[in-house]
Amino acid sequence: MTKKTSNALHALAGALAAGTIETVDLTHTLDPDFPVIVLPPEFGQCARFRVEEVSRYDERGPAWYWRNFTCSEHTGTHFDAPVHWISGKDLPDSSVDSIPPAAFVRPVCVIDCSKEAAADEDFLLTPEFIMAWEKKHGRIPAKSWVLMRTDWSKRTGAEYLNMREDGAHTPGPTGDAVRFLVEERDITGFGTETVGTDAGQATHLSPPYPAHYLLHGSNRYGLQCLANLDRLPATGAILVCPPLKIKNGSGSPLRVLALVDRSAAA
Amino acid sequence: MTDPLKRPPKKDPQKRTLVPTLPPFARSRKAIAFTAAAAEGRLALQVCAGCGHVTYPPREICPKCWSMELDWRDVADGGQLLTETLLRTSVNTYFRERMPWRIGTIKLDAGPTVLAHLHGDVPEHGRVRMIARTDKSGQGVLMALPDEETPNMADDRQLRTLTCDPKYRRALVTDGRTELGQCMAQALADAGATRIFVGIAEEWRPYPGSDELAAVPGVEIMPLDVTDTISVNELAAEMGDKADILINTAEYVRPGSTMERHGVTLARDEMEVNYFGLMRLIQAFGPGMRARGADGDNSACAWVNLMSVYALSNWPVYGTTSASQAAALSLSQCLRGEFAGSGVKVVNVLFGPLEESWRQPLPPPKVTPARLADTVVHALKEGIETVTLGPVAEDVVRRYKEDPFVLERELTQLQQGLRP
Amino acid sequence: MAKGTRNRSGYDGVVVAAPVSVPYERYSPEPAHWWLARAISALGAKSGLTPADVDGLCVSSFTLFPDTGPALTQHFGLTPRWLDHVPTGGASGVIALRRAARAVQAGDASIVACMAGDTNHVDSFRAMLTTFSRFSQDAAYPYGSGGPNGSFSLMTSNYMNAYGIEREDFGKLCVAQRDNALCFPHALMKTKLTLEQYMDARLIADPIVLYDCVMPCAGAEGYLVMREELASSRKLPYARILSTIERHNGFPDDPVQFRGGWALDKDEFWGLSGITPDEVDLLQTYDDYPVISVMQMEDLGFCDKGAARDFIRANTFTYDGTFPHNTSGGQLSVGQAGAAGGFLGMVEAIRQLVGEAGDNAVPDARYAVVSGFGIINFDRGLCSGAAALEGVRT
Repeated sequence: MTKKTSNALHALAGALAAGTIETVDLTHTLDPDFPVIVLPPEFGQCARFRVEEVSRYDERGPAWYWRNFTCSEHTGTHFDAPVHWISGKDLPDSSVDSIPPAAFVRPVCVIDCSKEAAADEDFLLTPEFIMAWEKKHGRIPAKSWVLMRTDWSKRTGAEYLNMREDGAHTPGPTGDAVRFLVEERDITGFGTETVGTDAGQATHLSPPYPAHYLLHGSNRYGLQCLANLDRLPATGAILVCPPLKIKNGSGSPLRVLALVDRSAAA
Repeated sequence: MTDPLKRPPKKDPQKRTLVPTLPPFARSRKAIAFTAAAAEGRLALQVCAGCGHVTYPPREICPKCWSMELDWRDVADGGQLLTETLLRTSVNTYFRERMPWRIGTIKLDAGPTVLAHLHGDVPEHGRVRMIARTDKSGQGVLMALPDEETPNMADDRQLRTLTCDPKYRRALVTDGRTELGQCMAQALADAGATRIFVGIAEEWRPYPGSDELAAVPGVEIMPLDVTDTISVNELAAEMGDKADILINTAEYVRPGSTMERHGVTLARDEMEVNYFGLMRLIQAFGPGMRARGADGDNSACAWVNLMSVYALSNWPVYGTTSASQAAALSLSQCLRGEFAGSGVKVVNVLFGPLEESWRQPLPPPKVTPARLADTVVHALKEGIETVTLGPVAEDVVRRYKEDPFVLERELTQLQQGLRP
Repeated sequence: MAKGTRNRSGYDGVVVAAPVSVPYERYSPEPAHWWLARAISALGAKSGLTPADVDGLCVSSFTLFPDTGPALTQHFGLTPRWLDHVPTGGASGVIALRRAARAVQAGDASIVACMAGDTNHVDSFRAMLTTFSRFSQDAAYPYGSGGPNGSFSLMTSNYMNAYGIEREDFGKLCVAQRDNALCFPHALMKTKLTLEQYMDARLIADPIVLYDCVMPCAGAEGYLVMREELASSRKLPYARILSTIERHNGFPDDPVQFRGGWALDKDEFWGLSGITPDEVDLLQTYDDYPVISVMQMEDLGFCDKGAARDFIRANTFTYDGTFPHNTSGGQLSVGQAGAAGGFLGMVEAIRQLVGEAGDNAVPDARYAVVSGFGIINFDRGLCSGAAALEGVRT
């Protein structure tokens, strides 16, 4: 039996084999001590990643090692489904198990805000900043993922959440920026290196938590706690980000990969 | 006068650690009541309800009037040393390793004549103050102390077998993020602990008092999250052999009863800290401490659990938290069984409402974290295993001792303003 | 006459005979049954009696577990019509005699074999102390586990303080007993003891030194109780029973024991015996520590209370001395074979009275007093007893 292979996939396979297309891991290791979002204590909290041994070549299982892990749908590098937010609760195909899988493999644009974030930990991404970026890199293609690079993933410990008495101080988008990306550019989703798609002080924006409210209200997706965004080109890479297929899941920890063309032509 | 305790030398790595041996542990059932009082630091003897005769050793019947109603009551602690000896041989391995050993016959002001361990500073035929404490076997014993405080009195070699003095010992405080944990570290430092390991969970979250805590003499901040098995095991691997005293200050408290809970997520968090947290600590630190129960002047000596008094009987206002603390209390009883034979005491402190944010709306009287910390150190110095702290806790424990089923009814009846 | 004793009858026509001592051993792998078997075998050999002849049995032993008297009847092939098992330790020699004598006197039994025996495995003394009694377990053993050494050191210290008796005085008794033991072939202590050695001895529990303490060992003792005419017909030398007493928990309110139950009963004792202390040719006290021998001398009226010091200084205590005492060496020099220690003085007294003593024989011994003291419970010995015997040479 012969099977027709598409030229595009054939080329992809060849490039992957040759290493001209690199697979970049954008994921933090699931580690019990990795920060999670912290809400006011009277609210329910995001579960930390935890591991308990089931057996380790011992009396609990002599020849095998395995563990049970527990975490939230929003622990570590994770995917936000529209149903995560109240604005997306009644939308079709809005939980991780029902999202059309095409959304999980898409082109990706990376907007570098690292200098600005280094200068201002409360830096907000605006439509103007995006349009300036487009002038340099071209228009954001429809159905793309847009990732906001801040180099925040290089921070460790208390610097990462950057909590103070008035809350977290981390960069994120303005409501207008999210609206622009959704309405004017029809993106698939938006991702950040910080613990949420919204800025640390986003509760004080209008609407509060605009990324969550607007993205999910428009059936778009979020990615957060991403790493290695500095290893991606501004455009041209492909993002691979399938969450676990959890029934009615609001999100899921996941492995996020990017395919990056390293050939001289790229 | 007692020679002051010297700071123990560093351990000789070529010497085998002494295996804990025990003083005699067999007791009659009646004598267990004496032990239970001694664990609270109380000197209680049987007092005849019929004729008032105070009797000892524990009996089934009053030898004066044959009444069988012998109530355990606290008695006057004064006494007169009649005769004494210095034992130089013993058939018991534990004492044999600790010879010579001073004992004496004391005529108690309360009536009976008793045999007791004798503090080195008690003068011949002198007046004494009697204490009842649990010994390394976990059973109640009597010890005669000098009538008045003497220099370095707590350092008496024989007295130290009954106490868990933090002096020159190393302690682990499992949660230093709270005011309680921080007060605990300070109180241990004040008591002369040489190293105070303080566990801090999630260092990526700032917490108040962190700078002051780090400045307490002897404090070493260690990553520790009792909800994380890996973290607990890693810390035990790092300093478990130096945990002479472990004080579990980690607690998770939330108001609310079952139906208000709307699911088990919060209740699970409570269990993760209050119950599984304790279990993780026991699994990680218990074996090492148990093996070091006779390891010289800084032997492992005490495991301290701090629990709300509602561990004894559920208070629906904090219903699911009470349940998790009941589980913790039950586990601490299991630990007592597992530590039996090690010489390491399990100290349970049952306290009334603590002055902290999760109990903020509760009316006074409350217990301040500083007072709780001081109470723990006091219990360690005195060798007391069961501590009740604060008027609310004392009230609950009193009712519990009278009748736990009545207490259950009292705590669960409709209460104005406190309907769960 | 003491209260309640007006109608008490004597032991007319009841005698003791056939004293046997099974030579002691420091440690024995054999069970108590073996030691008691040797005792009854020796009783049979000495008296010519067979199992069918013995219709009464009285046993004392700490280490017979799981057995008691009934099991021994089957084990030893006896079918007695009277059986007793006395757990009174150091008083059991006297108390067995009392029980057996009344049984014989009343006709409940014709010949009672009284025996005591214990083994001593390498660890059995420690094991016995651990479980000796409830009060000891609850209120004495946890305090240093000195065992009897601890209890008696407290008593000794108190006694010395109260009555001014000194260690030399105790030493004199110990040295005399060792001299006696050197003439008694079964004694485990075979070397002479000097007062200097005693004074320089290793402290065990102040003020008690090594030579104040008995050495636990294995052994057995026995004797027979029967009617006088039966002993005569079988040509068994015997001794008459003149008087006996026993008392338990004698002075419960004394904070520290400085006297025993004998003090309650001594008038009755001498009244029934028909003799006076001066007439006694030898005294066998229960001597697990010298202080208790001293109490027995005082409380039985050989001297006044508190006068033992002068009494000791005025007398000599060897078999040939002015006051022959513990003529086989006592437990201090022969060894303490558990409950047999409570029989040792009784058997030695009978041996002396029937002319079977060897080199340690008290010349012309006619009257002997045997005293017992047993069961250190918590802080004191509870059981006390004494018997006065008169030897009858055939």
